[in-house]
Order: sequence, then C-alpha cells, then structure tokens
Amino acid sequence: MTELTQLGVADIREGVAAGTFTALEVAEAFNGAVAAAQDALNAFIVTTPELALDAARKVDAARASGEQLGAMAGVPIGMKDLFATKGVQTTAASHILEGFVPEYESTVSQKLWDAGAGMLGKLNLDQFAMGSSNETSYFGNVISPWRREGDTAALAPGGSSGGSSAAIAARLCPAATGTDTGGSIRQPAAFTGISGIKPTYGRCSRWGIVAFASSLDQAGPMARSVRDCAVMLGAMAGFDPKDSTSLDMPVPDWEAGLSANLAGKKVGIPREYRMDGMDPDVAKSWDDGIAWLKDAGAQIVEISLPHTQYALPTYYIIAPAEASSNLARYDGVRYGLRDLPDGAGLQDMYAATRAAGFGPEVKRRILIGTYVLSAGFYDAYYTQAQKVRTLIARDFELAFHHCDVILAPTAPTAAFALGEKSDDPLAMYLNDVFSVPASLAGLPAMSVPAGLSSGGLPLGLQIIGKPFDEQGVLNAGLAIEQRSGFTAQPAKWW
Amino acid sequence: MSVDIATVARIAALARIKVTEPELEAMVPELNGILAWVEQLGEVDVAGVEPMTAVIPNTLRLRDDVVTDGGIRDAVLANAPAPEHGFFGVPKVIE
Repeated sequence: MTELTQLGVADIREGVAAGTFTALEVAEAFNGAVAAAQDALNAFIVTTPELALDAARKVDAARASGEQLGAMAGVPIGMKDLFATKGVQTTAASHILEGFVPEYESTVSQKLWDAGAGMLGKLNLDQFAMGSSNETSYFGNVISPWRREGDTAALAPGGSSGGSSAAIAARLCPAATGTDTGGSIRQPAAFTGISGIKPTYGRCSRWGIVAFASSLDQAGPMARSVRDCAVMLGAMAGFDPKDSTSLDMPVPDWEAGLSANLAGKKVGIPREYRMDGMDPDVAKSWDDGIAWLKDAGAQIVEISLPHTQYALPTYYIIAPAEASSNLARYDGVRYGLRDLPDGAGLQDMYAATRAAGFGPEVKRRILIGTYVLSAGFYDAYYTQAQKVRTLIARDFELAFHHCDVILAPTAPTAAFALGEKSDDPLAMYLNDVFSVPASLAGLPAMSVPAGLSSGGLPLGLQIIGKPFDEQGVLNAGLAIEQRSGFTAQPAKWW
Repeated sequence: MSVDIATVARIAALARIKVTEPELEAMVPELNGILAWVEQLGEVDVAGVEPMTAVIPNTLRLRDDVVTDGGIRDAVLANAPAPEHGFFGVPKVIE
C-alpha cells in the first residue's frame, strides 16, 4: 500500500470511507511526519497531535455507526497561524500575540472541522502575513524542503503561507489553509511544487482571521492537486453574516464541476506580463502552459492589461495603509503583549508595547501606511492609489470581454535562497509582480505546478478568472495538471 | 516627496511605535526608497476615475437592532495582560 503520507485529500477521504484504512491511522502517520520534520523545517509554530487524533476518532466512530461523512472526513490538515483557533495559541507569527489563546474559532477553521478535518498544528508564516519568503516570522524561518541540484543552501518556501507550502511539499500534511493578500497562497505554492487557490474576494469569511489588509485578504486552500483544492475550497467557502464583505451567494460543487475539456474556452495571455529580462525558465514554462491549454481545446488570445506596471506600487500603498489601521488594535490593553516601562503613562505603554511586539517589516509597513494616510499626503498617495486600483480592475473587466481565463506565471523566478532578498525590502516586494494585480481586482486566481527550473526547482503557472468563476480557474488548472506530468517531490534530507 | 529624520519620528509617534535614534536613521533611506518607487503612480491619468471602495460590488446588509451577543465578560478579559476587578487595567491617566 502507498505510504499514507503520500495521499491527498480526496484519496484519504475515500480510503477512510471505504475502510481501506482508518482516520486514526492517517492522523498517526501525519503526526509522525510532522514531529520528525519540525527541527529541520520549522513549518509549525505549535503542533496539536492530540487534536488530530481526536478528530480522527470522531470520524472513525461516525463511520462505524453509519453516519454520513463530511467532505473532509478523516483528513488531517495544517492551519496557518493566522486563523483564530479556540484554545490553541494564535500568533500571526508575531511576538505581540505570543501566548494569545483565542476564546473563539474562525469561521473557516470551524467549517473545516465541521466537514470532518482535524488539526495537525498551527503553521508558521511571515509575521502578520507580511512577506514573500517566510523570513519575517518571530518564530524563525521556515526552510523549504526543496534544494537546488547539488546544493544544500536553505531556500525560501515562499510567503506569507510558507509553513503551509513547506509542510505540504514535505508530506507533513495533505493540505493546509493559506491566506492571500498579494500572492501569499500562489507564490509559496509555486515555490514548492504544489497547488493553491485564492477564491473571489468574499467567498471565504474573514471572521477570525488576523487582519492584514481587509480589502485584499482572502483565505484559500493549498494542496497537491487541483481536485484536492476544489474539495477543500468547498468546505471553506460560504456566506457568513459575521463578515460584512462575505458573499451572500450559493457555493457551487466545484469538485463535481471539474472538467479539463476547455473546448470553446478562450485563454488570455497578457502582453504586459512578458517583461524585459524575463527568467528563461519562467518564460519557457509559460509557453508550455499555452501549449497545454491549446491541447485541452482552448483558444489562445492576446490581451492587454495596460496598468500592470502600476499594480505593485498601488498595492504597496493600499496594503500598508489598511495594515496601519488594522494593527492599531495591538495596544497592550485588551490582549497580547504589554510592555510597561517603570513610571510610564498610557501613551508610553502603547509605544513601548508596539516597539517590542512588532518585527521590522511590520513596523516598516505601519509607518508607510501611517504616512500615506496622514494629513496633507492622503490624496497624493492613498486616494491616487485607490483610483489606479479602479483602473487595474477595469483592465481585467475589459480583458474578460475577450477571454474566459488568463494564464500567466505565478512568480518571476523559482525559489530564492534565504537571505538573498531580505536586506532589500523593495527587491522582496518585486517578487509579487504577477500575483498582486489579481488581488487588487478581487479575482479568483490559482497556481499549479508547471515543471522544474534548470536548477531543479518547481515553477508555477497562474490562472486568473472572472469574479465568482472559481470553476473556470480550477478547470484550466486541471488541464495543466493533467499535461504537465508534475510528480517531482523534494528528496528527503530532514 | 521624501522624508527626513524629523518626519519619520513624527510618523512613528502617530503610529505609537517607539523608535531609537539609530533605528530612525536606518528607516529614513528605506522609507525614501519605497516612497520614491510608489510615486510613479503620480504619472497615471486618473481624470474622472472614482477611487475604488469595494472590489466586488456588494451592499452592506442591515439586521434587526437587537442584542445578539454578550454576557461573556470573562472570555473577553481572558487574554488581557492586566485585568483588574472585571475591567481592562491601564496605567493611571491624568490629563
């Protein structure tokens, strides 16, 4: 029999339902993999093996008594440590929330438990989801299980969902939650040879997710196949009255709707994404993707997204502005860290607490956000960025008159080494060049593995869809998955 | 527009983050690099363009004006660093 930790979401669910193995056996196998990799990869901030076992026992008991099993029944997953989990420390990888144990459960995690999933632990991430390499976590870097050929240098698993991507690629969990503000599901998925989808803004409730930039934040699944993403997204999505921007519309059965036949579909190739000096491996994988989608029956059309070059600067005004407002809540009074120097007053306590509790990248973004929102600069920066955001969204709207989905690279390069970009914030920001535009427009977008670079590292392809058309995105992803033949996995060194 | 040490100190004070002099000195060129880069947005013609307020069209819902939650004082205070007598504790404030 295949090793249980090699199985994906749908395989586990079906094996448990059929009685091929028990949910408890699955949970034990993944608990073992998690424990064995923790020192080397640092993918988890806390592990919760008992919770995984408890959930598995419940599923086995439900099966024994003939009850209907949920969509994720018997599947142990990793939970990005940005989701509030009742009774389990939730930190957003920050010092300011170290020791914070929520009294409530996020909507998305509750839905996953209700569907029969169990929790292996809370996954490491960039602090407050601010980063593209998982190097801003207070709890240390996550190390990618991937290495370049003939080289043992530690590589970035991507960010901000770097614990999620590393854990899935290393077979520590079959799937995990991610959140995506400017690419934080798609870029780490691309870096580690897995799949991940950010649905339309509003599909998944933000209630109970530590806020970064509320107009951009969306939760989504990360897994090793398109089908597994479809299953898990179905369990995560749905209207929630507790989130004012939650979409009040039915959740389609994306798994049942999967079809890799793209006859009659048009795939747009944005000319502005083909940039000067593009990495030749990335350019080749994009060409491969075009050929695969053609082979699946799609027609390829060139489209234009003229404001593409302005997406990153727009994002790096809007996201810090929203972050500076959202993170004002960390005041050392209601929850989290308090630093009260001797004889300090309330204002000094706020300033000392926030100085001690936030890491350098978080402070940098709060300061940028405070500046662009401050009197005298608000219109020049923030209002201007919101207008350009309207134009970026309009670019997509017009492009979708000519195509059904858009195909582009996920990231400009394969994974880089830890430390390679961490000294230069701007160089790190530029890594989000292909993922940020869809975030600004609130569109569903996914990354699927497309092959390996010349250095032996995974490359991802991105599919961007119309609002609410996750199905179109998943189907194009499936067509690529079936043709790329991507089965590579990192050689085990940990 | 670029920032100097005094401006960064003022922003940090607005953001309620204590920064040391060496931190301020390091932040000035970093923030200026980022600000110089985002300033390219100024070249975009936005005449007649409305600033975006909602990325996916959605109307805010109304609900009945009734109490739906409450009576959970201890849960609310459970993570407070210095709760006192059923309240959040803060240093003495005298204006």
